[in-house]
Amino acid sequence: MVSIHRTDISMTGNLMRSNSQCIIVIKELTKDYYNIRAVDHISFCIRKGEIFGFLGPNGAGKTTTVRMLVGLTRITFGEAFICGYDVVRDYRRVRELIGVVPDASNMYSDLTCMENLIFSAKMYRIPRNKRRNKAEELLKFFGLWKYRNTKFKYLSKGLKRRLTIAASLVHDPKVLFLDEPTTGLDVMGRRALWKKLLILRDNGITIFLTTHNVHEAFQLSDRVAIINKGKIVAIGSPSELQRKFSVREVLEISFYPNDIGPSDLYNFVDGAIRVNRKNDHLEIILQDEIRVLKGLLEFAKKTNHSITMIRLRGADAEDLFIRIIGEENA
Amino acid sequence: MKPGTISWGLLFPIAFTLAFMVRRGGLTPWLAPGMVSLSIFFGSTSMSAMSIVFERRIGSFERLLLYPASYTCVALGKTLSSFFMGILSSLPVLALIFIILKNSIVINPVLLVIALITTTFLSSSFGVLMSFLVKDPSQVMVVFNLIRFPMMFLSDILIPASSMPQALIPIMLLQPLTYITELLRYSITSYYDLVPPTISLIVTIVSSLILIITTGYIIEKQRP
Ligand SMILES: Nc1ncnc2c1ncn2[C@@H]1O[C@H](COP(=O)(O)OP(=O)(O)O)[C@@H](O)[C@H]1O
Ligand SMILES: [Mg+2]
Repeated sequence: MVSIHRTDISMTGNLMRSNSQCIIVIKELTKDYYNIRAVDHISFCIRKGEIFGFLGPNGAGKTTTVRMLVGLTRITFGEAFICGYDVVRDYRRVRELIGVVPDASNMYSDLTCMENLIFSAKMYRIPRNKRRNKAEELLKFFGLWKYRNTKFKYLSKGLKRRLTIAASLVHDPKVLFLDEPTTGLDVMGRRALWKKLLILRDNGITIFLTTHNVHEAFQLSDRVAIINKGKIVAIGSPSELQRKFSVREVLEISFYPNDIGPSDLYNFVDGAIRVNRKNDHLEIILQDEIRVLKGLLEFAKKTNHSITMIRLRGADAEDLFIRIIGEENA
Repeated sequence: MKPGTISWGLLFPIAFTLAFMVRRGGLTPWLAPGMVSLSIFFGSTSMSAMSIVFERRIGSFERLLLYPASYTCVALGKTLSSFFMGILSSLPVLALIFIILKNSIVINPVLLVIALITTTFLSSSFGVLMSFLVKDPSQVMVVFNLIRFPMMFLSDILIPASSMPQALIPIMLLQPLTYITELLRYSITSYYDLVPPTISLIVTIVSSLILIITTGYIIEKQRP
């Protein structure tokens, strides 16, 4: 299944040459930490004005990729360009064009929200008379106005994240990098942040967003790249990916007595891609539904269980993700 | 300001100076410049030790690398914040010296200002470079003192070069504290011990620049 990434790369390769809409171009980017290959020859392009979701399980290489693009981690091999500038050679120019929100919010804890933003503005060499206006505008946009005089360390997690994003926007960057911006936020905080990101996108900012949350990647992004073990395994718009990797169906089943776990079924359902426990029932991602059904009936008979519910449904984004990255990772 | 900065940077040099006032025939014009030099050196290096090592540990240092400035500029910025601490901790000692010795020393005010700026700059850039070589914040003061105290004894802060074993003179000439002290000595007492003031001034400026450029290089190479 992984072999599909070859075609995707040649597709993006063509895009790089023919499509001037690319604002970020990544070629064969690779990172080795001693003997660990964290990112393995990845190549793709990010189009101007899109939200690009970089989706992968923990440890896939998302943070390492972002850090190489923004110059915090040295590149082992390959190259990358942002707005045509080489991220290594022209690092100062690149930094004027990008805003970066790291995975941990790292503003100065003893400065207030306002002071933090003004400090950032100063570091981006925004003229003195414009700093306060810009800070005010961003505080208002992110709903932080009433916390303007609150020290960073006293903010809640969600507010800290918002201030960190605000600080990365003081110089009106063309590209915004967000490393797992919603991790650790509650549902409300996450939704609120999504809304803001969509507004930013509509204002013309290109957004590179990493996430391990499938729904986030598929709902928010214009295009998604899926990275696993340092390699890009799929890339495309959410609907393209759905089409390409469409899983026919998911079978939901429950037994009586309700004491069956996924591992009990493994020997019986070899036509399944994966079995999950979900609330009061089991969920089976199908490959060969007839073989699975036969296996389930055999299992019920052998173990003296009765089937109390059985239902087929279409696959959702999460099923798709599991299918793409392969079962051993999920 | 963190406790380590206040105790080692501000209080230690004052305590040292006061200790000399009550013992060993008091604070002599020969000893006084060394006290200024100590306050600058301990003040600026304590500041860089506490702030840089700590910031690197909690991750806020990396933020600085996201701004459109060169690595040398980051090194320079860090040097400047230690610089102000160095100047700040020299002021009480300078005041004490002026009050006690005003009739027995000949201060050259213009040279003193130049000397304060250049020597504090050198000592800050030295502290900043060292701060990028220490990783663990809990060890930083121990490591710094393991370096600072030998430097203090291997300069002419406490013992005149003429009373030093001849073999130690080359070592004295290899480390910044000697030039810092000599330049301050000349600007406060119009007397020098080992190195003429023009040489001290040139060495001070050139070595600050070398240290800052080296620090910029280290910051770049230290990225994972
Ligand atoms: N500084 C580092 N030194 C050594 N290994 C690292 C370092 N940073 C990340 N790694 C390794 O690189 C791989 C990718 O990590 P990372 O990019 O943080 O993944 P993600 O952000 O997708 O969770 C992991 O195996 C991780 O352990
Ligand atoms: Mg990560």
